[in-house]
Amino acid sequence: MTAQDYRNSVHRMGRIWSFACLIMLFAVPTAICIMYDAWPNFGDFLKGALGVIPIFWTVGTIEVITFVPMLGTAGSYLGFVTGNLTNLKVPCALNAMEMSGAKAGTEEGEVVSTVAIAVSSITTTLIIAVGVLLLAQIQPFLESPVMQPAFDNILPSLFGALAVVYVSKNWKIALAPLIFMVVLFIAVPSLASSVGVLVPVGALLAIGVARILYKKNVL
Amino acid sequence: MFHPNAPFLYGIVAIVIAFVVAQSVVFLIKAWKRGKAIGMKTETLKKVVASSAVFTVAPAVAILLGVLALSKALGFPLPWLRLSVIGALTYETTAAATAANTLGADLSHLITDPQVFSTIAWVMTVGIIPGLILVPLFSRKIENGVMKIKEKDQKWGNIFMDSLFLGMISAFLGMIFATIRDGLTGWIPVFVMLISALLMLICGLLMKLTKAKWIEDYALPICMLGSMALSIPLTDFINGLVQ
Repeated sequence: MTAQDYRNSVHRMGRIWSFACLIMLFAVPTAICIMYDAWPNFGDFLKGALGVIPIFWTVGTIEVITFVPMLGTAGSYLGFVTGNLTNLKVPCALNAMEMSGAKAGTEEGEVVSTVAIAVSSITTTLIIAVGVLLLAQIQPFLESPVMQPAFDNILPSLFGALAVVYVSKNWKIALAPLIFMVVLFIAVPSLASSVGVLVPVGALLAIGVARILYKKNVL
Repeated sequence: MFHPNAPFLYGIVAIVIAFVVAQSVVFLIKAWKRGKAIGMKTETLKKVVASSAVFTVAPAVAILLGVLALSKALGFPLPWLRLSVIGALTYETTAAATAANTLGADLSHLITDPQVFSTIAWVMTVGIIPGLILVPLFSRKIENGVMKIKEKDQKWGNIFMDSLFLGMISAFLGMIFATIRDGLTGWIPVFVMLISALLMLICGLLMKLTKAKWIEDYALPICMLGSMALSIPLTDFINGLVQ
């Protein structure tokens, strides 16, 4: 099977699974409405939907454009169905590619990223299932004030280590977007809630700087 | 009689979650076979499985905490579904809160009105459509674009991909500085990030000194769990200084 044949078969399979998943996701609220005879008032639904659509759909679209090249074909189909991309699946796939020496955008990268996302998704489902089943035993531990800082700092703990791996290898490209983002977030802290929108801004800036440096033979 | 923890809800949610797990298994097998076909070593693939599973533990526990937080208003089944499939920890609470607000409800106590509950479920579902529709529609185009860049100039193609990663990483690193104007306690995330970076440097050094490959395989989860653990005494220390 050539690389193109493989990609075609992944697209076919991915489309079928995504479509089936879409139907199942809509089946859940539909089943709730039928079972309890509780259809939402259309005006209320519209108000709620208009509250989330502008930001969610923008971030969703941006995530597709930014993450598809990183995760590869199968990795993207699976990643976008299983969710938790920025806080889990993307760093997991990046880490797996880095560790195995496979580059994003190659066939090896595609295989590694898909395996990483699949394993991560199965592990997450297991942990949540076990967590819900053993809730009585673990809730006091998880929700104790002592543990709170650990869970509040999960993103700094993740991105500090990731930064060392990636920034040290490409510090010339990283400098400008890093300084820009630090200054931006210090100036406008409220942007923290919509960090997803700023990912492509950082990416465009990094690509622009890289292009200039590449043309000047600095990279 | 409606209840957010009704067995009926557990049942339908379990079906969808099982479906998504099945998709993960099917894709895992397909990628594994492809990996073997293009000459990747079983050893390498096994390491990817092990390190990905270990890496997932800490973020998955954070997601479990998100389920717990939302369960106070929505019961277990719906948050379980939304945070296991497509949803993201960062967005689901906002979606649920926005929907509840428009109905004059809030998320501080259990929602027992089926109509309010179903409205929230619909709003949360509508919010996550783009990924499911846009990936099948546009992923081939995006891939072709990336391949063209690589075919034209392999070196620039690699730099282009690295720049994409760096763009994402710099946005999240920048975000960590969002609270520093709150005083010393606002610096805690920055200190934790620096601890995590320091731990990664130590891992790198140990790797060079001992030539132990396993350190590389598990460096990210080690740094992550290490800095999360160290954030506990650090927060205590800084809170002590501030008071």
